[in-house]
Amino acid sequence: MNDNHLKERENILSEANKARWDLGIDLHDTVIESIYEDASRIARKTVKQKGEKAAYALDLRIDKIVTSRWLGFPIMFLLLALVFWLTVTGANYPSGLLASFLIDYMHPILKGAAASIHMPWWLDGVLIDGAYLAMAWVIAVMLPPMAIFFPLFTLLEDLGYLPRVAFNMDSLFRKAGAHGKQALTMSMGFGCNAAGVIAARVIDSPRERLIAIITNNFSLCNGRWPTQILIASIFIGGLVPAQLASVVSAGAVVGIAVLGIFFSLVVSWGLSKSVLRGEASAFSLELPPYRPPRIWQTLYTSLIDRTIIVLWRAVIFAVPAGIVIWLVANVHIGELSLAEYFIQWSNPFAFVFGLNGVILLAYIIAIPANEIVIPTILMLTVLITGASGVGAGTGVIFELNSVGDTANILHAGGWTLLTGLNLMLFSLLHNPCSTTIYTIFKETRSVKWTVVSTFLPIVLGFMVCFFTTQIWYLFFV
Amino acid sequence: MSNSNNCDNCPVHNKENLIKLGLNMEQVDYVITMAGNPNTGKSTVFNNLTGLHQHTGNWPGKTVSRAEGGFIYNEKRYKVVDLPGTYSLLSTSTDEEVARNFILFGQPDVTVIVVDATRLERNLNLALQILEITDRAVLCLNLMDEAKRNNIEIDERALSKELGIPVIPASARRKEGMKELLAAIEEVAAGKYVCKPHKIKSRSIKLNNAISSLASKLAEQFPNLPNLNWVALRLLEGDNSIIEAVQSGELGSINAGDSTVQL
Repeated sequence: MNDNHLKERENILSEANKARWDLGIDLHDTVIESIYEDASRIARKTVKQKGEKAAYALDLRIDKIVTSRWLGFPIMFLLLALVFWLTVTGANYPSGLLASFLIDYMHPILKGAAASIHMPWWLDGVLIDGAYLAMAWVIAVMLPPMAIFFPLFTLLEDLGYLPRVAFNMDSLFRKAGAHGKQALTMSMGFGCNAAGVIAARVIDSPRERLIAIITNNFSLCNGRWPTQILIASIFIGGLVPAQLASVVSAGAVVGIAVLGIFFSLVVSWGLSKSVLRGEASAFSLELPPYRPPRIWQTLYTSLIDRTIIVLWRAVIFAVPAGIVIWLVANVHIGELSLAEYFIQWSNPFAFVFGLNGVILLAYIIAIPANEIVIPTILMLTVLITGASGVGAGTGVIFELNSVGDTANILHAGGWTLLTGLNLMLFSLLHNPCSTTIYTIFKETRSVKWTVVSTFLPIVLGFMVCFFTTQIWYLFFV
Repeated sequence: MSNSNNCDNCPVHNKENLIKLGLNMEQVDYVITMAGNPNTGKSTVFNNLTGLHQHTGNWPGKTVSRAEGGFIYNEKRYKVVDLPGTYSLLSTSTDEEVARNFILFGQPDVTVIVVDATRLERNLNLALQILEITDRAVLCLNLMDEAKRNNIEIDERALSKELGIPVIPASARRKEGMKELLAAIEEVAAGKYVCKPHKIKSRSIKLNNAISSLASKLAEQFPNLPNLNWVALRLLEGDNSIIEAVQSGELGSINAGDSTVQL
């Protein structure tokens, strides 16, 4: 019975094969042509163009400028820099406000309440000094920059600027042996790498898709922008007079983002010349018309969709991470806590790369979400520097309400400009967050490529930090 | 006939009866799907109908997998599936396959074809391909605000006659035309409006003969498939994914795509 069906189906296929020969090799083309013919006939009957296409002429003029050979890239960098500058200058004050409310005001109240119901010290520590403080930190550090950055980025997106970026980048990606659409997935990655990895589905060829997936991590994502912006304001902005600080820090962040694009191109080139050899395939990219963005709608959706969702994710990961931080800081073996053991043990290794044990431990604890790297670093630094004026108690942070105080903690932890710079580099070049790793596995269905995507950036990150540090020592020490 | 009666009978009046259900899609009466070229506003229409906030952006290729949502309209429950935008249903990139498989094998009750009114001719290429596969569709002539800005005039009645399906002008970003779109969707879903979809005219007799001969054979093997002519054409063209589906017998029971991705 089943065999009969199978035979019948084979018969159908062989009849199709035979007919295909009879119909000639250009069948596919004639089928498409007949569709185009009908479409054009219907359009001629129903569409009337009255007078000038005023808006297109304007679109064309704008496109000539923003995609021009000489002005395309400078305009792109300037726009990016403007977005970061607005973010850096705008986020500082609300950050301080949130920190003073959640940390200076709410934390003592919670501690008092815990004491009044005689909560055991370890439960109070895990819940309030661990989970609550980590969450408070994530909100204070992350929310203001996100609430400014996302709407601005979404406005650029609604306007139709992203396809122009892709258009500008296309020839670079093709020269690197990758697909031009990788410029689009890269832009998506600037929002979220997991989204960028999924977006790589628009690329047909498996080879080029894999390259786009592996290199997507070189796009700084949501979780890493605030780290970049904060560290740049403290260590790079701190180098210049106050009036220039925000411009210079914004420039530094753009520099890191551009370095990410550079690595994306170099790694794509390397892959397409070695393990993923092949030619770049052609594609057509439509430049959509510029559309005036709906300002309020954009504000609403980017606040709800991106900011709140990303923040929520950060909070969900911060709570367990806060508990872990408190535990590693308070579980002692002999004289030292677990965290101190790890930090002292890994410091000599980390110093070679211009980093420190705190940063390494923070990146291990923060694998689930890049968003909590900075809060973790701060809590761990306070812990190992002891109660040096800013912190009180183990793994607890008090009275920290501005970028200046964050800077004080980091300086107390022995941070220099070199540490800051290397942290910015390492934040660009390290493993993707666990969500992205899982997404890469789901999309590629390959353990091998998931492992490559995970470890390639770490290796690169250590190499880059190592060379930066050695060159630094050569010239400045 | 009194005035109030007129109102009650007028389909537009009832359009206030839209209840957005978001992700709640249990026990649906009808499944509808949004298809169209990239960057024509499918996701914006989808959001208007379901009350969801599927991310929209002015660039092609933003939706790569299916998004689903629901609404209640005139006491009927609808499930809406937002498909990735594609230029055709003929090639085989992942996003085009998601769209094609769903329209072909998911057998939605209504396919809403969202087109860009300022680029109608190019958009019609896909619309005509969709009408080859399904015979229950509504054309949403979106971005009418931009068309007006560009002094483009479209004869909607003539277009509707040519295509054999309802044509609804809309500006989804301004939420204009949504009530009329809902009314048209309901009419087609309930079978009150019987579509006579345009079939490609300029094909050779030889090709048409080959198609009908194959289609009748396919009908014996896959009695539940509604669009055998199209499957036959794909076989003649040597479409590998369709050939494999016939060979393995999966064509009849093919999954309408498992690419719903939750971020």
